[in-house]
Amino acid sequence: MHSYDPVLYSRLLTGLTLGVHIVYATIGVGVPLMIALAEWIGIKRNDTYYLLMARRWARGYTITVAVGVVTGTAIGLQLSLLWPNFMRVAGQAIALPLFLETFAFFIEAIFLGIYLYTWDRFKNRMLHFLLLLPIVLGASMSAFFITSMNAFMNTPQGFDMVNGKMINIDPLVAMFNPAMPTKVAHVLTTAYVTAAFILAGIAAFALLRGRNHVYHKKALRLTMMAALIFSLASTAIGDLSGKFLHEYQPAKLAAAEWHFETSDKAELIVGGVLTENNEIKYAFKIPYALSILAGSSPYTVVKGLNEVPRDEWPPLRASHYLFDGMVFFGVYITVVALWHVLAHWRRRRKGSTKKPLNRALLIAILLGAPAAMLAIELGWIFSEIARQPWILWGYMKVSQGATTALYVDRMLWMFAGLYVLLSVTCIYVLIKMFKNNPIEAEFIARGMKEGDVKR
Amino acid sequence: MSYELIGISVLWLFLYGYLIVASIDFGAGFFAFYARWTKQDHLINRLISRYLSPVWEITNVFFVFFYIGIVGFFPDTAYYYGNALIVPGSIAVILLAIRGSFYAFENYGSKKNIVFLFLYGATGLLIPASLSVALTLSEGGFIVKQGETISLDYWALFTNPLSWSIVGLAIVSVLFISSSFLAFYASRAEDHAALKLIRGYALFWSTPTIIIALTAFIYLGQHNERHFQNMMDLWWLLALSVAFFMIAMWLLYNGRRYGLAFICVMLQFFSAFFAYGIGQYPYILDPYITVQSSATSPAMGIALVVVFIGGLCMLIPSLLLVFKLFLFDADYVKGKK
Repeated sequence: MHSYDPVLYSRLLTGLTLGVHIVYATIGVGVPLMIALAEWIGIKRNDTYYLLMARRWARGYTITVAVGVVTGTAIGLQLSLLWPNFMRVAGQAIALPLFLETFAFFIEAIFLGIYLYTWDRFKNRMLHFLLLLPIVLGASMSAFFITSMNAFMNTPQGFDMVNGKMINIDPLVAMFNPAMPTKVAHVLTTAYVTAAFILAGIAAFALLRGRNHVYHKKALRLTMMAALIFSLASTAIGDLSGKFLHEYQPAKLAAAEWHFETSDKAELIVGGVLTENNEIKYAFKIPYALSILAGSSPYTVVKGLNEVPRDEWPPLRASHYLFDGMVFFGVYITVVALWHVLAHWRRRRKGSTKKPLNRALLIAILLGAPAAMLAIELGWIFSEIARQPWILWGYMKVSQGATTALYVDRMLWMFAGLYVLLSVTCIYVLIKMFKNNPIEAEFIARGMKEGDVKR
Repeated sequence: MSYELIGISVLWLFLYGYLIVASIDFGAGFFAFYARWTKQDHLINRLISRYLSPVWEITNVFFVFFYIGIVGFFPDTAYYYGNALIVPGSIAVILLAIRGSFYAFENYGSKKNIVFLFLYGATGLLIPASLSVALTLSEGGFIVKQGETISLDYWALFTNPLSWSIVGLAIVSVLFISSSFLAFYASRAEDHAALKLIRGYALFWSTPTIIIALTAFIYLGQHNERHFQNMMDLWWLLALSVAFFMIAMWLLYNGRRYGLAFICVMLQFFSAFFAYGIGQYPYILDPYITVQSSATSPAMGIALVVVFIGGLCMLIPSLLLVFKLFLFDADYVKGKK
C-alpha cells in the first residue's frame, strides 16, 4: 500500500471527479444543440415527430444535467480544496474565465428552467424555441471559458513570475492563450458528436429491438447527419492540435508518439510495446506521418524527448496508448456516421426506405455511443497526463500545487461512493422514465393517430 | 471605492442572495419530506414542487458564483480555506450533490420515491450546518498555521459553543425563512389548507430563530471581542433587524399581507447579515486574510468588476423573467398552467 501522500490522492480525486463530470458535461454541452435542431425542424416542417423528439430528449436531459451540475460544483470547490497552493498563485490569472463561466452557467440554468416548464404556455411555438438559444449558447460558452482556463495551464502567458508570485497580469492575454483555439474547438465539436451518437445509440437500440417506428428512423437521420459533420470538423481540428503541440508543447507530442530523437521524416507510431531501454517493438509505423501531422510536410523537424530533461518526461506508456485509443475511437465513429449517411442516401435513391435498416449498421451505431464517450475520456486523460509533471506548464509542478492536508484519502473514497451512487441512480431513473413511457404510448396519450406506426 | 471593496461588497450581497434562495430551497425540501412523513403531503407538496422545479438549478449557481468570486477576488482565501476546509468542504459538496441530483431524480423521474425524498429532505438541514462552518472559521482561532502548513483545529471547533450556536442558527433560520416564503406562495395560490399548515411552521420557527441569534451574538462577544464591538457600533442595524422581525411576526400572526411579511423577514436577515459583515471588516479570515492584503492584482480585479456589471445586465432581466413566469403569474402558481 501507498503511504499517505496528499499529492497522489489529490491527483486521484481530481481525476476521478473530472472523469465523472466530463461524461455529464459532454452530454450537457452537446444535447441542447440536438434538441434545438429537432425542435427547429419540427416547427419548420410542422412535423410532430421532431417536436416530440425534442421534448423527450429534453426530459432525459434534465436528469443528466442534475448530475452534471452537482459534479461540476464538486470540481469547482475541489479546485480550491485540493490545489490551494496552485489557486493562490494562478488564481490571479484564471479568475476571469472561471467567473465568466459561472455567468454562462447562470444563464443556462435560468433558461433551462423556463424552457422545461413552458412547453404549452406560448401560443407561438417559435417563442418557445427561442428559449433554447440561451441554453445552447450558455452550455457552449461554459465549455469555452473552462477550456480556456485549462488551456492557460498548458500555455501560460499574460503575467510575469517574480519570486513565485504573478505580477503584471493581463487577464485577456491569459485567457486568449495559444492552446485556447484548438482546445475549445476540439472540446465543442467532440461534445456535439458524442451527444449525437448517444441519442443515435438510443434510436438504434429501439430499432434493433424490433420497434420499427418511423420516429426512431427520423432520430437516426438527424443525429447521424450532425455526427458526420461534427466528427469531420473535429478530425480537422485534431490535426491543428497536432501542429499546436509541435510548436508549444513538443514534449507532449513526443511522449504520445514515443519520439526520442529529434529528426525530420518522423514516423507515426501506432500501438506497440516500449521496452525498459525505450525501444519500440511490435508497433505499426507510418513513415513521415508525424512530421506531416506536426507541420504539413515530411521535412518538418520534430523535437524528440531526448532534448527534454528526464525529470520532465510525461509518463510514456500512458500517453501513447491513450492517444492511440482516442484516435481509434474517433476514426471509428466518423466511419460509422459516414456509413449511415451513405446508406440512407442509397436507400432513398432506390426508394426502399420502408425496409428495416441494415442490422450491422445499427449495431455499429449502438457501439458508437460508448465509443464516442470513450474517445472523450481517453482524449482528456491523455491531455492531462501528458503534461506531467507540470500543473502550470513551465512554471509550477503538480507537487507544488497540492494541498498538504490530512484525510484526502478518505475524501477520495467518499467521493467515489458518491459518484457510484449518482451514476447508478441516474441510469436507473432514465431507463425507468423511458421504459414506462415509450414513444408509442406517448403518441396514443397525445391523441395522435397511430397510422404512422409500423411494426 | 477601490475594486477590492466593490468585490467584497458584491460577494457579500451574493452570499445574502444565496442565504435567502437556498434557505427557501433547503427548508422546502425538509417540509416536503416532513409533510410526507406525517401524511400531510397532499396539502403542500404540489405547491412546493411547483415553485422549486424551475428554480432549483438557479439556487445552486448562487453558491458557485459566490465561491468562484471570492477565490477570484481574493486568491489567498483559496490557500487558507482550501487547506483547512478539506473535510467539512467535501462533506458539504457531497451533501449538495446528493440533494441536487435526488431532487431531479424524484421530481422528473421517479415520483413518490420516499427514499429519494428523505435524502432530499435530510440534506436540506445538514448542508446549512456544514456550510456555516466556513463562517465560524472566519472568526479566527480554528485555523492553525505552522510554517507553511495550514490545518484545522477540530477539537477547538467541536468544543466551542460559538460554532454550535452558528450551526443551530443556520438550521432554524432556514426553516423560518422557508416557511415564511411558502406561506406567501400559498397565499398567492389561494391554497388555504397549505397556508394554514405553513403559517403554523413559520410561527413555530420564529421563536428559536431569535433566541439562537441572540445566543450566537453573545458567544461571538466571548470569542472575538473586536468583531463584537464593531457590531455593537452598528447597533442601529441590529435594532432595525429586530424591528423587521417584529413586523413580520405581527403580520404572520394576524394572517394577512404575507408578501409584506416575507419582505420583512428578508430585511430582517439583510440588516443582521450586513451588520455581521461590516463588523468583520477588514478581515476575511481573522487574523490571516484582510480585504486589502489578499486582493488579486488590479488588472484582474478591474476585469472582474467589469465582467460582473456586464453579467448583471444579462442576469437581472433573466431573473425577472423567471419571477414573472413562475412567481407572480397567479395562474401558474395556482396550477392552472
